[in-house]
Amino acid sequence: MTTELKGRFGRFGGQFVPETLMTALQELNAAYDKVKSDESFQDELRYYLKNYVGRQTPLYFAERLTEYCGGAKIYLKREDLNHTGAHKINNALGQALLAKRMGKNKIVAETGAGQHGVATATACALLNLECIVYMGAEDVKRQALNVFRMELLGTKVVAVDKGSATLKDAVNEALRHWVTNIEDTHYILGSAMGPHPFPTIVRDFQRVIGDETRKQILQLENRLPNAVVACVGGGSNSIGMFYPFVEDEGVALYGVEAAGKGIETGMHAAAIQGGQTGVLHGAFMYLLQDDNGFVQEAHSISAGLDYPGVGPEHCHLHEIGRASYGTVSDEEALEGVKLLCRTEGILPALESAHAIYFAANLAKTMAPEDILVICLSGRGDKDVHTISAALGGDFA
Amino acid sequence: MSLLKDAILSVTAQGHKAFVPYIMAGDGGLDKLQSTILKLQQLGVTAIEVGIPFTDPVADGPTIERAGERALANGTTLRNVLETLSSFADELTVPLVAMTYLNPILAYGTEKFAQDAKACGIRGVIIPDMPLEESEIVHPALKDASIDLIQLVSLTSTPERIERLTKRSEGFIYAVTVNGITGARSSFALELDEHFKKIQTYTDTPVLAGFGISTPDHVKNFGAFCSGVIVGSKIVDSLALNDWTTIEDLVKASKTAAMK
Repeated sequence: MTTELKGRFGRFGGQFVPETLMTALQELNAAYDKVKSDESFQDELRYYLKNYVGRQTPLYFAERLTEYCGGAKIYLKREDLNHTGAHKINNALGQALLAKRMGKNKIVAETGAGQHGVATATACALLNLECIVYMGAEDVKRQALNVFRMELLGTKVVAVDKGSATLKDAVNEALRHWVTNIEDTHYILGSAMGPHPFPTIVRDFQRVIGDETRKQILQLENRLPNAVVACVGGGSNSIGMFYPFVEDEGVALYGVEAAGKGIETGMHAAAIQGGQTGVLHGAFMYLLQDDNGFVQEAHSISAGLDYPGVGPEHCHLHEIGRASYGTVSDEEALEGVKLLCRTEGILPALESAHAIYFAANLAKTMAPEDILVICLSGRGDKDVHTISAALGGDFA
Repeated sequence: MSLLKDAILSVTAQGHKAFVPYIMAGDGGLDKLQSTILKLQQLGVTAIEVGIPFTDPVADGPTIERAGERALANGTTLRNVLETLSSFADELTVPLVAMTYLNPILAYGTEKFAQDAKACGIRGVIIPDMPLEESEIVHPALKDASIDLIQLVSLTSTPERIERLTKRSEGFIYAVTVNGITGARSSFALELDEHFKKIQTYTDTPVLAGFGISTPDHVKNFGAFCSGVIVGSKIVDSLALNDWTTIEDLVKASKTAAMK
């Protein structure tokens, strides 16, 4: 059972932030507690999720992928069909509405792949909030399309060239911006990480994925799935998918971390599989670090998984053995992309392709009457340059 | 009993203000650490805050962040800073305060850190990413080693928090003078003197002002409503330029601050 006592999930989580942020976190916590049980807020959120985002998203039986794998029946939860092309909008919209209720009309956010940045820029345009997004300079290069989309939406994108110039450095800058502009600014954190109450807020806004899946599979199959698979960077799509199933012991939960060039090379982003416990960005969690406690760069072909830590609730689910965590390398993720393109005509995001590859192998070990659900967290249009370059093409 | 508090009170008893410079250990090489600390000591500073570099210094502005990056590039770690400090601990007459993010302490081991730090002459620790609520993770080990855990009080802290933080802070209270990160600034909010008066009503532990203090005038102005100042970015910049005149002027201002 996942506990939320004092912002902890078992021994993970907490509020390891500068004193200047403490009052803001407590305010956020109080404001969130209020809207959680406020029907008018929940109605407003539901209205936008249905009419603006396009929820609910389909739970689609992937017949040809199932046939190809020759094992369990595979369903895809189509978060790629959301407005803006990924699950990130669920949380961005929820938090933007929350910021409005708190009377804060300026938003700061970090982004890795740019999906959370685009989602936040979208929600801010919709709700007339001023928005600034910090993005690692490396990611700005890798995800030029998303940078342009954010700018079109009226958001200011700031490239961060410090440290490894990726997601972790973007989080550092977003935190600094928030500390400096605390009076009128809300930080829309994009993953189920960071200081309490963010991991809980993000999970609650993402649990719509798992809640819908549960309802849909019961309608379609009249029973719960045997296994659920989702990719894990910070871990927002996966915790959103897992959470409604945590109490269902018959449902195996699989999180897939990015093995990059291979765990043994040190060039990976698998915090649970290849890290030790430590503190970064406000939380006690598994973390890629050296013997001196210095945070190490994460490596993944997928910018959205390129983060050296992992959300505290995942750390806890791992420690108590409720969820299992595996890894998929860059090369395998590319196989996942090709597999889904060719069997189902769906171009998955590189992040989601990690889950596809892992699930395809898992399905092979399962019986035909078993059911496996994959969270297809985003679409891959943003990744075509990266995919083309990795496959030796010249489109890039 | 706190060596740090005593050191500050003995300065204010003479009608002066405490002056605590911040240096980034390993900026310019670890072999510079001894001469820098001993020279600051000679100038008559009250205590010296020794920064440990970290890969993700979220509470620091560009000046200290860059100094940290230079130190990291030199191979500076918590371990070799402590080793270097211990090599001249017997020459220290002023207390040292270590400023380090939490993760390097956790990786080093909290008990071992406290014991080794004590042997180096470290009498206080500031951990900018560890608020009071999370301090149990290191406080018992520090207490065993008689090392003060210094709390930061910010402008955004609510009155109840200010009271709690002030009462729990050991050695001195680090009053953050701006919303934001470390670094030089030209202006401060006007109601700062009220803020400081309020902090001091809760305790007899001295209050030092820090973040953004960069000129002799700042030193004098802040000195008028607290026990002294911490100067970081300006010292770091001056040391990088080997500009000791600027540092001497700042220290001198603390000795005339009470006159204002």
